[in-house]
Amino acid sequence: MDRLLQYALTGVSAGSLYALVALGVVLIYRSTRVLNFAHGDIATLATFVAFSMLTHRYSFGVAVAVSLLVGAAVGVVFYFGVLVKAQRQGANLLGMVILTLGLALIIQGVVVYVWGAEPVSLPFPISDTKTYRVGGVVVSQLALATIAAGVAGSLGLYLLVQRTRVGLAMRATSENLMAAQTLGIPTRMVLGVAWGTASALGVVAGIFLAPALLLDPFFMLDPFLKGFAAAVLGGLNSLPGAVVGALILGVAESLTGAYLTIQFKNTLAFLIIIVVLLVRPEGLLGREFKERV
Amino acid sequence: MDLVESYREDLRFARRRITRTLLGLLIVAVAVFPWLAPQYAVFLVTLIALYSIGVMGQNLLIGYTGQISFGQAGFLAIGAFTFGHLRIWGLPFPVALAGAGLAAAVAGLLVGFPSLRLKGPYLSIATLGFGVAVYQAFVNWEVLSGGRSGLAIPKLTPLLGLSATQTVYYIYVVLLALFTLATYNIVSSYIGRAFIAIRDADIAAEVNGVNLTRYKLLAFALSSFYTGVHGALYAQVLGHIEPQIFNVLESITLFVAVIIGGVASVEGSILGAAFVLLVPKVFADFREMVPVVFGVTILLVLIFEPLGLYGRWLKTRLYFQLWPFR
Repeated sequence: MDRLLQYALTGVSAGSLYALVALGVVLIYRSTRVLNFAHGDIATLATFVAFSMLTHRYSFGVAVAVSLLVGAAVGVVFYFGVLVKAQRQGANLLGMVILTLGLALIIQGVVVYVWGAEPVSLPFPISDTKTYRVGGVVVSQLALATIAAGVAGSLGLYLLVQRTRVGLAMRATSENLMAAQTLGIPTRMVLGVAWGTASALGVVAGIFLAPALLLDPFFMLDPFLKGFAAAVLGGLNSLPGAVVGALILGVAESLTGAYLTIQFKNTLAFLIIIVVLLVRPEGLLGREFKERV
Repeated sequence: MDLVESYREDLRFARRRITRTLLGLLIVAVAVFPWLAPQYAVFLVTLIALYSIGVMGQNLLIGYTGQISFGQAGFLAIGAFTFGHLRIWGLPFPVALAGAGLAAAVAGLLVGFPSLRLKGPYLSIATLGFGVAVYQAFVNWEVLSGGRSGLAIPKLTPLLGLSATQTVYYIYVVLLALFTLATYNIVSSYIGRAFIAIRDADIAAEVNGVNLTRYKLLAFALSSFYTGVHGALYAQVLGHIEPQIFNVLESITLFVAVIIGGVASVEGSILGAAFVLLVPKVFADFREMVPVVFGVTILLVLIFEPLGLYGRWLKTRLYFQLWPFR
């Protein structure tokens, strides 16, 4: 029983990171209908910025703050500089998705060029060797901090979307863009905010992942794919769905790794998603798409 | 300018004399190329030829049918390893090649089933999952992948007194020509029109009598057949394969080739394949800049030239046809 709890906890810790990534993906998809393939790479870039600042002896808080700003700025600049332009040229949705793929490739190249492909380790104030014992379960400080970050990120986003005027504008814009514009909501600005917030959430995930893994230009690829999968599992237009999907994915992965097979835990995670999608094509908490022909 | 008077004429491969002349010149150029060019260039064109086949397959799926797939690396791996095992069992090259294509096509049929229910982003995640699953299966099952050292594939015996490079070159170029012809025929037949109808509005297509199940699955099967053949030909050229070659980045490169070359165009597929293979060679000294070039090109293509390199070619051709007017 303790063993099961232990693995479940590991899964929740991984799941809260996936949740941060998934929330960003969903936030962007909900508001602009664009799947952001550069989400992971923006986080990688910002985490490397944090790494550089830490090696230049800035304090941890400053480094994190700056990297969050960098991540958000990249998101906002890409939205206004490229996506809005493409929209004016009449690019379709597939085109915009491919544009984010282009951004992902560019960031990848820049990161390899500036920081090199050698893995480095991020100096992190929270250790993953210091552990606490709760009942029969052992929790590392890092796992606790990760879960805390996941909860804080989800809660913060919930408050932003449900309790503020900006959030109201975001919901209105994603509900019906034209109507929101007619009511005087500056939709471009609101969508820009959504891109910035989403990218910053991804950066938080990146910073908490970095100490567990080594930092290299591709370290966000796998977590990004997982977060993306979690978002799809929960339903791409539902923010609570992203969290639920991420936790399910994290726990399922951890338990498969523990009890079934360690090599195929990624595969099984994806298989679960495919099966769930076949039963509910719109995701667990997503709303069904209705189309006009 | 050129008046099409009958359906027969519309189906003609090369309608005008100038096209026929240029086509003839191209064939001659391709035929004499390995005798004049350095061996390295011949090898490069061989690679472009085999890559074009894969990009064409991907283009059938993305460009014509509008189904996004990020699982192409999985089909590549299935094609390559099936081919490798068949060759090691001593089967001749054409049989092994057909086997590789068929194995990938069967896998494609299986992956096609989710496409009947899923759309857009949901489908892309399902295909991505397939790619990851195949990758892990080959990495972890040594029976399939030949273990740590990978599979060594027997070399082709040179034919008709040609050198080894030249033999491979001629075989691959002829295969590319066959696949190009087949693709032209597919896209201008009922099947191709059904694909395009599904891309533009699948419900409307179904209402008009296109069997969605059949044609979506057919698109996946055809596309993965091409990709499987691409994988097999790649394996033959490399002479040695291991599962690490077929990762997610390979799927993305194929995708990039389709976009840059031109969505829904056969010639564009060849141009796109040439682009993604030649750019890394040109930037050999700045390896890390290759993704940046790909990325910037994607941005430029989508904002300024949505039809890709093929669209540029069309416009250039039109300019000369209309010259000196515009």
